[in-house]
Amino acid sequence: MPAVQETIDRVRAIDVDQYKYGFETTIEMEKSERGLSEDVIRFISAKKDEPEWMLEWRLDAYRRWLTMKEPEWARVSYDKIDYDNLYYYAAPKRKAAQSLDEIDPEILKTYEKLGIPLREVEALEGIAPQNRVAVDAVFDSVSVATTFKAELAKAGVIFMPISEALREHPELVRKYLGSVVPVTDNFFATLNSAVFSDGSFVYIPPGVRCPMELSTYFRINERDTGQFERTLIIADKGSYVSYLEGCTAPRRDDNQLHAAVVELVALDDAEIKYSTVQNWYPGDAQGRGGIYNFVTKRGDCRGTNSKISWTQVETGSAITWKYPSCILRGDGSQGEFYSIAVSNGMQQVDSGTKMIHLGKNTTSRIISKGISAGRSQNTYRGLVSAHRKATNARNFTNCDSLLIGDQCGAHTVPYIESKNATAVFEHEATTSKISEEQLFYCQQRGLGEEEARALIVNGFVRDVLQQLPMEFAVEAQKLISISLEGSVG
Amino acid sequence: MLEIKNLVVQIEDKRILNGLDLTVNDGEVAAIMGPNGSGKSTLSYVIAGKADYEVLDGEVLLDGENILEMAPDERAAAGLFLAFQYPLEIPGVATMTFLKAALNAQRKARGEEELSTPDFMRRVYGAAEQLEIDRDMLKRALNVGFSGGEKKRMEILQMALLQPRFCVLDETDSGLDIDALRIVSEGVNALRAENRSFLVITHYQRLLNHIVPDTVHVMSQGRVVKSGGKELALELEASGYAEYRATEAA
Repeated sequence: MPAVQETIDRVRAIDVDQYKYGFETTIEMEKSERGLSEDVIRFISAKKDEPEWMLEWRLDAYRRWLTMKEPEWARVSYDKIDYDNLYYYAAPKRKAAQSLDEIDPEILKTYEKLGIPLREVEALEGIAPQNRVAVDAVFDSVSVATTFKAELAKAGVIFMPISEALREHPELVRKYLGSVVPVTDNFFATLNSAVFSDGSFVYIPPGVRCPMELSTYFRINERDTGQFERTLIIADKGSYVSYLEGCTAPRRDDNQLHAAVVELVALDDAEIKYSTVQNWYPGDAQGRGGIYNFVTKRGDCRGTNSKISWTQVETGSAITWKYPSCILRGDGSQGEFYSIAVSNGMQQVDSGTKMIHLGKNTTSRIISKGISAGRSQNTYRGLVSAHRKATNARNFTNCDSLLIGDQCGAHTVPYIESKNATAVFEHEATTSKISEEQLFYCQQRGLGEEEARALIVNGFVRDVLQQLPMEFAVEAQKLISISLEGSVG
Repeated sequence: MLEIKNLVVQIEDKRILNGLDLTVNDGEVAAIMGPNGSGKSTLSYVIAGKADYEVLDGEVLLDGENILEMAPDERAAAGLFLAFQYPLEIPGVATMTFLKAALNAQRKARGEEELSTPDFMRRVYGAAEQLEIDRDMLKRALNVGFSGGEKKRMEILQMALLQPRFCVLDETDSGLDIDALRIVSEGVNALRAENRSFLVITHYQRLLNHIVPDTVHVMSQGRVVKSGGKELALELEASGYAEYRATEAA
């Protein structure tokens, strides 16, 4: 109840028609030369002082990538990306530092403006210990700050930029990197493998419940620069971690590429909860600018009775191509996917999930809510499959689409493959429209038009919002309302 | 309280109201009867401010103020309530949530303090009890999976909670069995007050046995063609609308 009111109040307080994170930070950057070559990869690897095997891994990926073709099966259309014109590495000139005092004040200001607390003292103010959030802040190609590292280390939790982990925990990185999303996985993942610059590395030791929420905040700033982050999270036996990811970018007329890879590994009885609020710049009403978001996210429930849960709120990007998936390898493992994808203006979303049932008694649950407004197109694409050894696999899928206005589109493309007769897969799908009648009804009871729409949309996404950590849910609710402002003509 | 002067309304080039005049005084319960297609429901929607209706001429004055230029939510805050013939479903929004949002929106628009949660709950539970609405129903999504009777009772509950100045009931008796009709009518009667008026739109006399009107108006071809006391409803029940349909055909 209060959350709805809060949404409404916040929406009112915010300037309409503004992607409020669209500002740019002026700062001296060090970049690789334009385009991609083995030299550029060597440059990136050297910048990060990587071990030799890592460089080889990258080069191998690059050579693979040269033979691959950009996928065309998604329901998205865009001008060809000129990979030779991109910068693959851009980092603030001032060295990322041991203390916040060494960080460029412009960057600190940027995160302040974004509302991301980089100073631990500030982050602690008035917040109960269980509600604390540790942040890894990634600015273009590098991590600029990671908070609460020391406190987490006391619990044995490793939380650091992946470039740092490559130096400090090479054995862990080497063991797991690419073990969920192989180098050869797909065009964008392979590109990422060749050029990934930074991202977060998390390791939770056996039996440890991570004492606070972990989060990474991605910011693309530099023009013509691709962001290729790589996140790797390992939950060892019997551990638990909840991880949040947020993203924004400046408002620009040209498109920017974001091709990330996220790998999750859950060992026996471990649980990973991964939440995303994706708010990349979506482009303007005419479809100029915006982020091209081609992301490969996959979790491996490697251990028995392990659990991986993806929750995503997608409001940004000009193009979203993203299918957070679960490989249910361990017997009794569980995968979950909760998604809210909001599209407005000229946005194109092709998103969904894959639940690959390999082990016995594995279960998965998919709840997807697509909201389309403006002239946007919103596609849910999902695969549920049962291997022949996946006895008693269970899946429940529910895909609902809500249309606002009559120039947008919603599409549902489910793929179901079962090679085991005991598997039970259920699929439900609905498409509805916010009707003028519903709006009128709410208004007749005293709600303003925007409030009425926020209420109806919140009702539509409620069962997904409930999956988000509390603080996040309020943010997400607010974000959805903003994204849809003025969407009914 | 409510004064309608020479109201002319069309929808998609079709004239529905043709210079309708109607006055409802403070504390009065006025019934509007008439054959199908006489413009009764259009009248209720135009008063409440539904889009799609084009007002070509006339005024609707609530306490002397023309409300035709006001948005539907502004009219609601000014004290106008429409009990829908077909109440809408709002999936995922708990009835309680909806009620609180609506009440607070109205209070805010009038510059009043929001109600405290205990005050709010007391009011809702009080109204729910009178209308024999189970508390569990208030936790369910508004109108989703409710029976026709439950939806109508929920409309009256909202009316009781929002305490409007002027209530329009659009065919509230349709789809009600005899028990539900009694409960709904008692709910409405309990709200009758000196400073509150009702416009009860109905096709049948039977509702008016329960909600006894002060005045009865007969509509035909988008106009009030006859007005009288409650006995007029009984006459209509006996003679039917034939007389008024004949005028229509002419």
